[in-house]
Amino acid sequence: MTARERLLAEAAKRILIKDGPYGTAIQRAKLSADDYAGDTGLSQDQKGNNDLVNLTQPALIRQVCDSYIDAGAHVLATNTFNANRISQADYGAEALVREINVSAAQVIREAVDAATARDGVVRYVAGAVGPTNKTLSLSPDVEDPGFREVTFDEVKDVYREQAAALVEGGVDFILVETVFDTLNCKAAIMAVKELERELGHELPLMLSLTLTDLSGRNLSGHTVEAFWYTVRHARPATIGLNCSFGAEQLRPHVQLLSGIADTLLMVYPNAGLPNELGEYDEAPEQTAALVKSWAESGRANILGGCCGSTPEHIAAIAQAVEGVAPRRIPKAPEGTRLAGLEPFTMAA
Amino acid sequence: MTDNLSSARFVNIGERTNVTGSARFKKLVMAGDYAAAVEVARQQVENGAQVVDVNMDEGLLDAVEAMTTFLKLIAAEPDIARVPVMIDSSKWEVIEAGIKCVSGKPIVNSISMKEGEEQFLEHARKCMDYGAAVVVMAFDETGQADTKERKVEICKRAYELLTGIGFPPEDVIFDPNIFAVATGIEEHDRYGLDFIEAAREIKAACPHVHISGGLSNLSFSFRGNETVRRAMHSVFLYHAIPAGLDMAIVNAGQLDVYDAIAPELRDACEDVILMRRPDATERLIALAESYKGKDPKADKEAAEWRSWPVEKRLEHALVKGIDADVVEDTEEARSAFAAEGRRPIEVIEGPLMDGMNVVGDLFGSGKMFLPQVVKSARVMKKAVAHLIPFIEAEKDKLAPEDRKAKGKIVMATVKGDVHDIGKNIVGVVLQCNGYDVVDLGVMVPWDRILQTAKDGNADMIGLSGLITPSLDEMVTVAEEMQRAGMTMPLLIGGATTSKVHTALKIDPAYEGPVIHVLDASRAVGVASRLLSDTQCEGFVTETAADYAHVRDVRAGKTASVLLSLEDARSNAPAIDYSDKPAPPLQPGIHSFADWPLADLVEYFDWTPFFRAWELAGTYPSVLDDEVVGESARQLFADAQAMLEKIVAEKWLTAKGVCGFWPCARDGDDVEIHLAEEERHVRLPFLRQQVRKSRDRANFCLADFIDPAGDWIGGFAVGIHGAEPHSERFRAAHDDYSDILLKALADRFAEAFAEALHRHARTTLWGYAEGEQLTNEALIKEQYRGIRPAPGYPACPDHSLKPILFDLLDAGGNAGLELTESFAMLPTAAVSGFYFGHPESEYFGVARIGRDQVEDYAARRGADLSTTERWLRPNLD
Repeated sequence: MTARERLLAEAAKRILIKDGPYGTAIQRAKLSADDYAGDTGLSQDQKGNNDLVNLTQPALIRQVCDSYIDAGAHVLATNTFNANRISQADYGAEALVREINVSAAQVIREAVDAATARDGVVRYVAGAVGPTNKTLSLSPDVEDPGFREVTFDEVKDVYREQAAALVEGGVDFILVETVFDTLNCKAAIMAVKELERELGHELPLMLSLTLTDLSGRNLSGHTVEAFWYTVRHARPATIGLNCSFGAEQLRPHVQLLSGIADTLLMVYPNAGLPNELGEYDEAPEQTAALVKSWAESGRANILGGCCGSTPEHIAAIAQAVEGVAPRRIPKAPEGTRLAGLEPFTMAA
Repeated sequence: MTDNLSSARFVNIGERTNVTGSARFKKLVMAGDYAAAVEVARQQVENGAQVVDVNMDEGLLDAVEAMTTFLKLIAAEPDIARVPVMIDSSKWEVIEAGIKCVSGKPIVNSISMKEGEEQFLEHARKCMDYGAAVVVMAFDETGQADTKERKVEICKRAYELLTGIGFPPEDVIFDPNIFAVATGIEEHDRYGLDFIEAAREIKAACPHVHISGGLSNLSFSFRGNETVRRAMHSVFLYHAIPAGLDMAIVNAGQLDVYDAIAPELRDACEDVILMRRPDATERLIALAESYKGKDPKADKEAAEWRSWPVEKRLEHALVKGIDADVVEDTEEARSAFAAEGRRPIEVIEGPLMDGMNVVGDLFGSGKMFLPQVVKSARVMKKAVAHLIPFIEAEKDKLAPEDRKAKGKIVMATVKGDVHDIGKNIVGVVLQCNGYDVVDLGVMVPWDRILQTAKDGNADMIGLSGLITPSLDEMVTVAEEMQRAGMTMPLLIGGATTSKVHTALKIDPAYEGPVIHVLDASRAVGVASRLLSDTQCEGFVTETAADYAHVRDVRAGKTASVLLSLEDARSNAPAIDYSDKPAPPLQPGIHSFADWPLADLVEYFDWTPFFRAWELAGTYPSVLDDEVVGESARQLFADAQAMLEKIVAEKWLTAKGVCGFWPCARDGDDVEIHLAEEERHVRLPFLRQQVRKSRDRANFCLADFIDPAGDWIGGFAVGIHGAEPHSERFRAAHDDYSDILLKALADRFAEAFAEALHRHARTTLWGYAEGEQLTNEALIKEQYRGIRPAPGYPACPDHSLKPILFDLLDAGGNAGLELTESFAMLPTAAVSGFYFGHPESEYFGVARIGRDQVEDYAARRGADLSTTERWLRPNLD
């Protein structure tokens, strides 16, 4: 069975659990600049380069991963949100992109395989790919709306480099997450398609949009529905939403996407909205109760946490949705679906 | 799904952002004026383009650079970027560069098998990976598909190749090539038909695909002749869409409504496109000559007139009835005049009156029709309304009498009558021609008319009325004018007025000039002659002589021979009462508080509507009339638009009541038995007395009722709620809409009467249960039974209305009221009796003799002079 088939088979039986974030756990470990840099010999200060930790402190990553496995997670993502050439350039670490991603994937792969050997539960490794800090749809210069900092092909190559390394390290899926620019996501899809051709086998995608306003659009202005039609050609194993706001605010958008997406739905919201100090203080039980209501309405296949979530949140979610029937994948309606910022349907 | 989901059955793809389709866009892009080019895209979307086609294929352009620059720029405009993009190029490198700039899911236009299968599939795979739908041209290694067979064969082959690599079939759009027809080359004759037939077959053979085409090719041989091109495009779409055409690249603003194309041209286009006759091309070419150069000029004017000098703009707006910019233009003229030390009144006397004079001339010479004139008046009123405050503001500084209208006319619908459509039209026409009109409204007593005329130093009085008692009231006004020693001319108009009545009854009552004005188009001519120093005397003398002649002829005329009432009665028709209808299934009173308006629309009889606007002809042929057709179509379109609003926003409420009562004929009366109330109600009817030729009988409505016991019905319907809208229109100086609304309310009332009558026949009375009649048949009265109304020919006495209203409690049940002259309120109302006997028919009572008046007065229980007043139109 391919990874896609294994995921579909398990997701048909139960609601699966995705892990939570690594950033919070790494910060709590209070690493020094030297701890971050390890023996990479990088000249710039690496403090805060959480992706480099995959390479320099793999044991810490393993520890976080194990805590999510213990909390009940089935989908374990790599700690590689910024492990791409564009983001790593900020730390002068772009030469290490391949090593970081290979190491990150290997750590999670090992943790997952060890756990499965122990308990027989099927788990999946998702190679997380962030949006980079450059946008293909928008000009950073208000005076020159036609200007772009990067080109489609540049971004595609950046994604391709990262995706290839993640595959090398043993991931099952490429998770393109926190998509704030739909065109960046399309470049990531193109990169994975090219990689598939090169590898000669399928490399299934998981796609996750992030909304920047409560009306339900991402930074490049696409509605949830327009986004789905724009990326549907990627045949992603999962589509969904992450980060954005808390579960409470995400609810209507989950409901919408659940009704139209003919694939698995994965949602991992933040632990509420940040308080005045920028901290997330939604209690695990609160988050769990909110996502449980989605589960009970048959709107979710995979649930997890984003910013502010801890292994306690993940455990609470896992417990809350235990035994709740998973969402059934709807049949795609006929007709041609196009999209600008808004969806457009031509009847069959 | 979501609110903003747009979806479509047929997709118009805008061609304005296409350098091959728009000369203007090309110029902008070539000049590097991308800001203006982006505005072109914005306008397209604002005008409803559902997909924006972008094409930069121009030899002198770096198409890759132009395509990517433009696409990145429109991505920054949410108003534009909300719709999908069609990336249109014959070069793959341009397409691929474009795809990389588009953040949604675009359409690629196009790929084909021109360079073989391998390249075709490579491009298709790329499109699939980028996430784009594709237009596939029916083009293979040997060339573009021209015949139906080739089109179908190539598309089927492409379909199999595409689905073979997993390309989603719903993302495939075939373009089976629209080629030019009517080129004079015989092989081209089939091109239109081949496309249409191929579309149908491709749709059947290739599930889920869509069909597209570039429409402008079709009419290539008629370039320069926009009218014919537009007609060809519309006719083509009319036939191609049902065959499976889903989208077309077209300038949506340049399509005509199929039904609005001149039938001759439409047929000729249809002959060409559907290859209906061998000489179709020659015929279209011949016909095209007559349309040549017509439209481009109009189009050019439409675009250009805004740049004309302000006087010309005002004239144009007045002649064309365009009110969109008139306030702005009037203000421009006013401030320009002010700068030269000229007064605001001069804007009216100068450019505005000049414009209205053009309108007047066109109307006078039959080149403009009433609806257009009323629209012009709307423009004029808005302009004048803008100037009034300025004129008022300087009044203190100026001597009075500085406004020199051509003349002042006091107009009124006389006491007892509420009908004002005709009067309003005449008022508007007179105002348009520079007359000062004081409109006193409806139900105006004579003393107010006279007082206003005297106080305001009027030049003449105009009286209007629709119902017959108004004729009498007009005589009263004339008598009072005489008594008051007035000398100003008196104008008479309205549907029931006539030259004969004016000559016989009104003219003798007043020594001043009395003139009957046949219709609104004559009003200006009459008024101008009466006020002309040179023409007035001659005109008045001539008219007076004419009327005297009418009286002489009448007096000397051996009037049609009247039978004695006794003889007339003995010549009553022989009605077979064994055929009388069964008693009603649901006797008694039935009231309807709110009959659905949408239901009534299908009962509309449009012919009287056009007649109200003085457009002669029968609906629907009036729409194609050589002379008034264009005017009628415009009016009809405006009416349809308002009708939609009336129904959707429920401006009006249709209230009605009907009832059925047991009765028996008693001579020329029908006696109703109200058993529960233990009373009898007598309905006296009038009998024809004019001697009939051959075997024709002398009819009376009572003849249709069995003396041995029978049933009669009655009804009253009214359309409520027009007044607030009317006021709103008048406040906006929009007489056109006001008159339109009233005319439509009248149609609703008539339609309601028709609908209720049908309901009565089929359900309530139920004697015609299985009746299946079309609206046409209803208008032709092909049903069994009649519904004569008091005040109309078969039952000319309006004073029967109070009896009918009492039977029905029309006030309580339908909110209807009667004026002292028995006009109904609201104005849009109909009432009458139901007769169900199969032999019952409409007839006109016409002239009756003194013996019947006396007899009728006795039966009616009224004194003779009152009865004479009621029946005056039927007396000598």
